[in-house]
Amino acid sequence: MGTFEPMVPEAYRVRKVIRELADTYTLELESVSGSPLHYAPGQFNMLYAFGVGEVPISMSGDPSQPHLLTHTVRAVGPVTQAICASGRDSVVGVRGPFGTPWPVEKAVGKDVVIMAGGIGLAPLRPAIYSILQQREKFGKFVLLYGSRAPENILFESELHEWRSRFDTQVNLTVDSASGNWKGNVGVVSTLISSIDVDVSNSLVFLCGPEIMMHFSILELIKRGFSKNQIYLSMERNMKCAIGFCGHCQFGPTFICKEGAVFRFDQIERFFRIKEI
Amino acid sequence: MVTRHKMSALLREAPLFQDLDERIVDLLAGCATNVSFDAGEMIYREGEAAKQFYEIRRGDVALEIFVPGRGPVTIETLHEKDVLGWSWLIEPYRWHFEARALTRVSAISFDAICIRGKCESDHELGYELMKRFSKIIVERLQNTRMQLLDVYGHI
Ligand SMILES: Cc1cc2nc3c(=O)[nH]c(=O)nc-3n(C[C@H](O)[C@H](O)[C@H](O)COP(=O)(O)OP(=O)(O)OC[C@H]3O[C@@H](n4cnc5c(N)ncnc54)[C@H](O)[C@@H]3O)c2cc1C
Ligand code: FES
Repeated sequence: MGTFEPMVPEAYRVRKVIRELADTYTLELESVSGSPLHYAPGQFNMLYAFGVGEVPISMSGDPSQPHLLTHTVRAVGPVTQAICASGRDSVVGVRGPFGTPWPVEKAVGKDVVIMAGGIGLAPLRPAIYSILQQREKFGKFVLLYGSRAPENILFESELHEWRSRFDTQVNLTVDSASGNWKGNVGVVSTLISSIDVDVSNSLVFLCGPEIMMHFSILELIKRGFSKNQIYLSMERNMKCAIGFCGHCQFGPTFICKEGAVFRFDQIERFFRIKEI
Repeated sequence: MVTRHKMSALLREAPLFQDLDERIVDLLAGCATNVSFDAGEMIYREGEAAKQFYEIRRGDVALEIFVPGRGPVTIETLHEKDVLGWSWLIEPYRWHFEARALTRVSAISFDAICIRGKCESDHELGYELMKRFSKIIVERLQNTRMQLLDVYGHI
């Protein structure tokens, strides 16, 4: 980008819309000006649906392709619904990138456990791409993913692809299933006991609804992981994204500036306290 | 047919019996046999008398419940080293769900009447089993609560 004006959205054209699930869409965007947007896995943009509003949405694409911006959005309210309804060639506003990244570099030489629930797989996908692109630099690589039902599994074909690799362990589970589902049934934290990693030399990247992260952390600690090995993304709501408005205050920190990715021991005191 | 000595050795490998006194493991081995189920085979049905419990040695098992209009719904899957069934321990000793082998399953089956009898006459055995099964029951209860919370439902 040229001079970065953090409060001024840049126009991006929707190049492709992929319907992932009944309420979740992936948008591929290209800057109208043609400039690339370099970002690190775990960072987010403020996406602006003109005339409706602006929301924080994590990157979900491949960070090595800065000309193609990818976001996966679940329609839960007016702004996300408007973004999901954007047609091909329509224009949305983008401000960013903001926030702290997943510590992919810190994980070099270690085993990596990526743990996601529901839409939480989207903010982790750039980290997965980065790790797989330089797979030899890491030890064991495990991906644990939980969703409500088989029909709610995000990025299903990619999960199959990753699972078919010899150097990646992918374990899925759903909360309940009828029909032909032959996989695990149970909450995502039940997968932790089965992973084969060197617990003392691993990092965990965790993303999902807060309640899911809460139970997963309890189970990770039971399994022997220490609090400073667990990184999580706190996706509470934001407005300015530049540490200005105070909307995202979380204890003494602003999530938009010092997060959204935090090391668990640094935010433990405030975690699970609603709307601090 | 596995000898009692061999069965005791097998039981000592199972997490359920970890750190148990040898005398107690031997008592349990007297009520245990090796069993196997083909993929798709029903291990037990809802409402039937709970006459056994199992320690899964290999394979996967689905716990199912029949929901009118939806058919059988899997509510949990169990795998190697998991314990299958605790209704044998609590009156009226009837299964609450159905258990079906998802793959070929090898398991150790414990005769519930035999074990209940030994627990009545040997309270140390009874207490050890109660402690271990309470832990399993609490873990399953927590998991069920999380499923009810629909933890993926919100952002
Ligand atoms: C750093 C960050 C990254 C995010 N990344 C993604 C992403 O990649 N994909 C995605 O789909 N969403 C993501 N979100 C969540 C997204 O920003 C919200 O869903 C969006 O702001 C909702 O706006 P809305 O106007 O559509 O709905 P609203 O009317 O604002 O909200 C609809 C409902 O969702 C609840 N809600 C809204 N935002 C949140 C939140 N952050 N946490 C919990 N509940 C909330 C509201 O309480 C309300 O019940 C992210 C949020 C943050 C802070
Ligand atoms: S969103 Fe305004 S301070 Fe963080």
